[in-house]
Amino acid sequence: MQALTQKSKPVSREPMSLMEKIYLPAVLKGMSITFSHMFKKKPTVRYPEETRPFSPVFRGLHVLNRDEEGRENCTACGLCAVACPAEAITMEAAERKEGEEHLYREEKYAARYEINMLRCIFCGLCEEACPKDAIYLSETFAPASFARKELVYAKNDLLIPNPKTEPEAFAKAKGLKPIK
Amino acid sequence: MQEHQHNIKLPDGSIERQTTTLNLGPTHPATHGVFQNILEMDGERIVSAESTVGYIHRAFEKLAERRPLYQITPLTDRLNYCSSPINNMGWHMTCEKLLGVQTPKRVDYLRVIIMELARVADHVICNSVIGVDTGALSVFLYVMQYRELIYEIYEEICGSRLTTNIGRIGGFERNFNATTWEKLERFLKEFPKALKEFENLLMRNRIFMDRTIGAGPISAERALNYGFTGPNLRASGVDYDVRIHTPYSSYQDFNFNIPVGTTGDVYDRWLVRNQEMWESLEIIKQAYQKIQEFKGEEAEVYHANVPEYYLPKKEDVYTKMEALIWHFKIIMGETAIPAGEVYHSVEGGNGELGFYMISDGGRSPYRLHFRRPCFIYYQAYAELVKGAMLADAVAVMSSLNLIAGEMDA
Ligand code: SF4
Ligand code: SF4
Repeated sequence: MQALTQKSKPVSREPMSLMEKIYLPAVLKGMSITFSHMFKKKPTVRYPEETRPFSPVFRGLHVLNRDEEGRENCTACGLCAVACPAEAITMEAAERKEGEEHLYREEKYAARYEINMLRCIFCGLCEEACPKDAIYLSETFAPASFARKELVYAKNDLLIPNPKTEPEAFAKAKGLKPIK
Repeated sequence: MQEHQHNIKLPDGSIERQTTTLNLGPTHPATHGVFQNILEMDGERIVSAESTVGYIHRAFEKLAERRPLYQITPLTDRLNYCSSPINNMGWHMTCEKLLGVQTPKRVDYLRVIIMELARVADHVICNSVIGVDTGALSVFLYVMQYRELIYEIYEEICGSRLTTNIGRIGGFERNFNATTWEKLERFLKEFPKALKEFENLLMRNRIFMDRTIGAGPISAERALNYGFTGPNLRASGVDYDVRIHTPYSSYQDFNFNIPVGTTGDVYDRWLVRNQEMWESLEIIKQAYQKIQEFKGEEAEVYHANVPEYYLPKKEDVYTKMEALIWHFKIIMGETAIPAGEVYHSVEGGNGELGFYMISDGGRSPYRLHFRRPCFIYYQAYAELVKGAMLADAVAVMSSLNLIAGEMDA
């Protein structure tokens, strides 16, 4: 074949030298590398006792957010469901009644909100689509389960703990330092 | 084989010639993926092979016809999942070609860094797995921590390690943070040592050389006829590289060589990949330097200025009406998409990964085709292993870097 460019650089395929053919020195050299690795720092993490630090933008399990007063942020606009390439999100909207202002931030809210974790591919597009800072992906993984039904998460499974009544659990879910 | 057996005087009533049918795959641990090969075996030798495709066909091309452009990115993650960022970037560039979006230089260089990291991650897996298949497990473990480091770099940018969904049309979802650069520097500092050690353990190792030299060779002509690209074609001696022949993402600004082999056997493919990792490291270094040279506002650019396709900032969405409207339009896939036909290809982890899209101006592509290099290599597999030993067939498969997810789309 003629060369197509001037940038080609043939790889070296020298035949084996005598030393390499004898092989024994190579075995010893290989062994010494293996032995030296025994004394190196271990790169593994002993999960689950230890966990490695995640990046702040890690895409794990979903959380439905509340504002500082403990009201749900979601307004059931449906953008997350539209943006979801796996069609994992289902919701039903309802109108906020009088006297429910302490529960929902907006006039419309999601009465039912489900994410099917068996469909979800953790792409993070729902988080990106949400115009109300209502859904985001946290650092936790989806736990395993024996029943399919249990992996369709309802709103109560997804909602972040109320910052008013359970500030510590809220902070933990948000990935913040615990508030004293 | 047949004549040979005819010379032997067999006892009466014995079967003259007997071959065994062996199912290699679809769930054989040595195939690293769902590949099925029905092998006709004569003892340890392969008489003929019949390859099957489609065990993890997920109809991506059909699915893509129902998705707005940005939702197709997670589908491309799952093609060659060893180097998903390259697929993602390739897809974004295809969209940009159709939409006529010009990306700033800094975005191009950032993309080059990510794509070359992905290439290293891909080759490191492929080459160490060839080692595993020829009986050397420890090399695989030694380089794995640097693949982890690459994955952590992805994670800092996009939030995920394997199925990255990294980047957006027009650029990146967020700028590289300090940790990313720190990790990249650590990678550039430590990886060459590990790669050198990796080389020392395999390259001139007699067992490895005996096992791989002459296994599954393919001539340049046959390889071209099949439509080989990438390292597998280069191992046969053709210096074809998409990064040089049709530069994308400003690859013309970088200085690097194309390693080529001669015989196209497993050893050549290994050598070519190995050398490519060194070249990739060079490219990353050059890109890193170029990025350092940006000053002032330019040094913060991480996406093109295309409000029609790139989502506005979240703070603006929460507070400004205009931004909110764009946000809704983009997410719903209601921004104008021109009708047209584009083909864009990138040098993927294992060959030329092409995207051929026809758009009729609707919210999703009218038709989208992925040119998947693995699918093409797999067609040649039967020819490559004919007459080889069974153990070589496994090494040949891993040296072609066949990824089932990409092959079946
Ligand atoms: S989570 Fe966000 S995007 Fe989804 S319905 Fe609620 S407000 Fe809309
Ligand atoms: S992470 Fe992706 S797949 Fe999962 S619910 Fe959100 S948009 Fe859907």
